[in-house]
Order: sequence, then C-alpha cells, then structure tokens
Amino acid sequence: MSILELDNVTLKFGGLTAVNKLSFSVEQGEVFAIVGPNGAGKSTVFNLISRFYDPYEGSIRFDGHDLLKQKASGVASFGVARTFQNIELFDHASVLQNLLVGRHRHRQSNFLSELFFTPSVKRQEMQNRQLVEEIIDFLDLQAYRDKMIAGLPYGVRKVVEVGRALATDPKLLLLDEPASGLSVEETSDMRWWIDDIRRQMGITVLMVEHDMGLVSGVSDRVLALADGAKLALGTPSEVQSHPAVIEAYLGKAS
Amino acid sequence: MRIIFKTDYMQDIRPWKDGYQLSLYLLLLLVMIAAPFVIDDFYLGELTNVFVWALAGLGLMVLTGHTGQASLGHAAFLALGCYINIILIEQGLPFMVAFPIAGVLTGVIGMVVAVPALRLHGIYLAIATLAMSILVDDIIVLTEPWTGGVGGKYAPSVNVFGVMIDRWGTPREFFYLVLGVTVIVTLGYINLLRSPLGRSFIAVRDSEVSAQAMGIDVARTKAISFAISCGITGLAGALMGLFSGAFNNETFSVVISIQLLMMIVIGGLGSIHGAFFGAIVVGFLPQFLSISKEWVGGVFGSNTVAIPGLEFGIFGMILIMFILFEPMGIYGRWLKIRTFFELFPFYRKDMFKRQKSYLKTERLR
Repeated sequence: MSILELDNVTLKFGGLTAVNKLSFSVEQGEVFAIVGPNGAGKSTVFNLISRFYDPYEGSIRFDGHDLLKQKASGVASFGVARTFQNIELFDHASVLQNLLVGRHRHRQSNFLSELFFTPSVKRQEMQNRQLVEEIIDFLDLQAYRDKMIAGLPYGVRKVVEVGRALATDPKLLLLDEPASGLSVEETSDMRWWIDDIRRQMGITVLMVEHDMGLVSGVSDRVLALADGAKLALGTPSEVQSHPAVIEAYLGKAS
Repeated sequence: MRIIFKTDYMQDIRPWKDGYQLSLYLLLLLVMIAAPFVIDDFYLGELTNVFVWALAGLGLMVLTGHTGQASLGHAAFLALGCYINIILIEQGLPFMVAFPIAGVLTGVIGMVVAVPALRLHGIYLAIATLAMSILVDDIIVLTEPWTGGVGGKYAPSVNVFGVMIDRWGTPREFFYLVLGVTVIVTLGYINLLRSPLGRSFIAVRDSEVSAQAMGIDVARTKAISFAISCGITGLAGALMGLFSGAFNNETFSVVISIQLLMMIVIGGLGSIHGAFFGAIVVGFLPQFLSISKEWVGGVFGSNTVAIPGLEFGIFGMILIMFILFEPMGIYGRWLKIRTFFELFPFYRKDMFKRQKSYLKTERLR
C-alpha cells in the first residue's frame, strides 16, 4: 500500500520548471531514495511535500489525505517529519529542548493549563520526556542532552535533527541529505540508524542523498531525477546502471 | 565544583535545579519582603520603580527575547494599560477588577494591532511597531474626553483587599503590590517556558522553517506571543501610572520604548533574569549618576553642573559596550562567572563561544 503519492506534480519558479510532471509513490515501510545531480529538484520535492511551496499542478496525497489542503504547519499533524539539508535546529536551545519541540504536535494542553502548570501538563511533560529519552538512547545522544546546539559539532547536530524528527512520532520521515558533511564512520552509523528506523520503528523513509554507498546500502527503491523530471525508478543497482542516469551524471559519449 | 546528579525527570521539569538554588531564590524573596523595613522611603520608591520596569521588561522579553520579534512600540502598550486601568477605576470598578481587565484588554488590542505586522521581520517589524509608539501620543490627545489629553490624569488611591494603597501615602503597601504582581507574572512566565507554548516561542525565534515542519503554526504563535507580551506590558503600564501619580500623552513617549528594548538587551535577551538585571541598571542609573556627579564635584571642589543628556549618553555607551563585548547581556556574564566556579578548575575560555552561523531567521541579535 502506498503511503505517499505524488501525481503529475509541476512547480515553476517564473520561467524555470523546477519539478516537471513528476509522479511517484512511496510504499508503506520502505526506504525510498531520490538521487540526481545538483539542481535536479530533489530538495524542491521535499519542500513541496512539506508544503513550503504550492505546486503549479498535480496532487500530493499522504495516507489518504490531500496534503495540498494543508498549511505547512498542518503536514506534521498527519505524521510527516523532516530534516533539512542545511541543519535547521533551534540554535539557542538545548538538545533536550529541541527534541521536546518535536513532541509539539501531540500537545494536549492549552495556554491556561500551561500558565498554571496543572498536573495534566506535568503528566504530559513527563510522558514527552520519557519518549524523548528513548530517542536519546536510540541515537546515543546522552552526552549532549543539556548542551546548547550552538556549541555542538556538525555531525552531532545532524543526528539531533534526525532525533527531533523522530520525536514527532512520524509515519513518514523525510531525510534531506542525512550523510552530507559526515565522516565515513558517522555515515555508517547513519546507515544503521536508517535501517533501524525502518525495521524497529516501522517508519517509512524518503531520503535525498548523494552518497551512493549509503543509498545502495539502505534503500529498497531509488528514483533518479534530472531537471525536475523522472529519469529512472527501480532498485539501486538498476538505477545506477540505467543509461539515462549515467548520461545525466557523466554526459553523452560523443 | 558542584555536580547536579539527576535521578528523576522532575528535576528538569520543576523550575529549580536543586534545593540549594531554590533556597537562594526564597532567600531573595525574603530579603525583598523585608526591604521596606530596612531601607528608607526614597530608596523603597526606587526599588518599586525597578520592579515596575522589570515587569515591563518581562513583557517585552516574551516577544523579543523568546519569540525573536523586535518591538519599538511597547510604550504604546504601557500607555494603553495605564489609561484603561485608570478609566475603569474612574467608572467605578474596583482596582482588583480593573487591573486584570487592563492587562487582558491590552493583550487583546496588542494582538489585533500586531496581526498585520506578523509578516514583517527584524528591523521592518521594529519600524512598524515604532509607528504604534508615535501614534499613541496623538491618539491620547485626540481622545481627550477619556484620557484628559495634554492635561493628563491623576492616579487615585486604589483599594487592594480593603487596604487603600497610594504611591506617596503608603509606599510600603505599594511596594508589596508591585512585588506581588511581579512575582505572580514571573511564576506564570516560568510555567509557560517549561511547557510546549514556551518551547514553540523559542522554536519560532530560532528557525521559522523548522518550527513549521514540527507542526507549529508560526503566525499563530507570534500572535499569542504578542498577546502575552502586551498583556504583561499593560499590567506594568497600569502600575507605572499609579507609581508616577500623574501622567499625560508625553509620559509614554517613544523614548520609553527604546529604553525598554535597551534594557532587556543589556540585561540579556532570552532569559527572565535579563529583564530584572536590565531593570536594575535602568532603575538605578539616574541615582548612581547623580550621586557620582556629587562625588566628582566634591573631589574637584567645583559646583555640580547639570549636563544635559548625560544619562542617555552613559546609557548608550553601556549599551554599545554590551553589544560589543557581552552580547548575551548581564545574565550571560553572570552565567560565565557561575560556570567558572561550578566547574573550577575545568572552565575553558571558549566554553560559551557561539559558532558563527548565517542568520537563518531574521531577528534582533
């Protein structure tokens, strides 16, 4: 059963067609990777799903809901979480606070109950903390729990961002270049985490990634994009050996 | 070296870290309660002034320090709170009813006024709110039948739980009124900061894009922040009106707005402590200057001369010093000193160094 469906989606910035009649669907429980050269429209696809952009035409459906009817802040409520290519954490807050913001979509309390910090708010906070603590254990962030983001190394921030997305308790996780800027070791950690996210937590993963080692290591299916259009779709090895993909990356043999 | 050993989530959820910290704050509260019996009426008045400013600073801190929206219009909300409170009292409402209504009404008006400004960022928002500050002067003059216009109004004695309180007649009781309001507002503020709403403010301040991706409605959060901020400022304005005794359209000028913003920058943006530290500087600086002027006069044997604009000159210089050398304000400096002793001898010089990053969200920093 497909959890996310993009149908004939087009996005134009002025005269530039960033995404051109793109259709694909992501199946429940798979790791789906999008690859392509720079400027192919990979991150734009993510921003379309997150509703930062309005598509020119086409439809985006998630889990039976029409995402295009939602505001950008409403997408998370269906269970879509994402990370960003250039880390977008809350820099002047601690790791713990960042992860707790992830719990925001499960907020039961209102302004008045929070103002008086009623027992129900306290219970909610305890529960949030417990769930966040599980994510901290999962991602080995114990040492950084009370550290400010502004002082953390890049690799740790990348992991915190994945953690914050996991804290929303998503059905679909969008990872925008989870391994960019990571060392070989950190990349292999990320690979096991993505595997565990899918297997243990049962979360569908859609990722944009340039590191073909990571892509072929974890993903079930790969979509290759160039100039906003679909080039090839299939298993990692199929896509890597697809003539159109090789042409897009290396150019045509003359 | 002090190590806090955490064994329970409550240690992070409750407002104090450990019993030692709690006892320090309780001691501070006790000192404040005892203050009227120790210091004379003049300094008690100054202390009251500090608390009124701190309350106004808390109001602006919600908006600028925690939600990252600069406002140069908060004098307008001080005026609004002040006039609503007095007008309601003149209509025959008791103070205990008029005062909260002044806060709530100012908050609602603040939110309504702010909605069109929500799409503006940083300096543009500051300019838009600056306009509010200038407009309110004219509005007070134009609505003379209610506000008394240029002639102004006088604050009556107010009845709190059967005790008649007057700034000049009963300075002690007035101090306790201001202290009580400040403590209650501060506790509410602390509660908000440790719940989802406070975290969503911080999220909007630090990255609007990812706040949205986490399911936070940015426009709505900003509107709520404006409402809370203006509400607290309205309460501060009402107290400020009672404190000054008489006020007119020029009492809440744009200079007050700027002073308020400077105050929380000097105190330290993004912390409750900052509002109080800043208020101490703003509240005591004029006294400090006049005392030091006399001292200088005494040393050099000359008469004390009034130097126009000296106060603002010194104030501006302090502000520039802080922005250059301690952008995190007095509270930031205090944190460094405290961490130095807590971690002694393991404190590193670059422990609080912030990584230079490109401005992601437009904000006042």
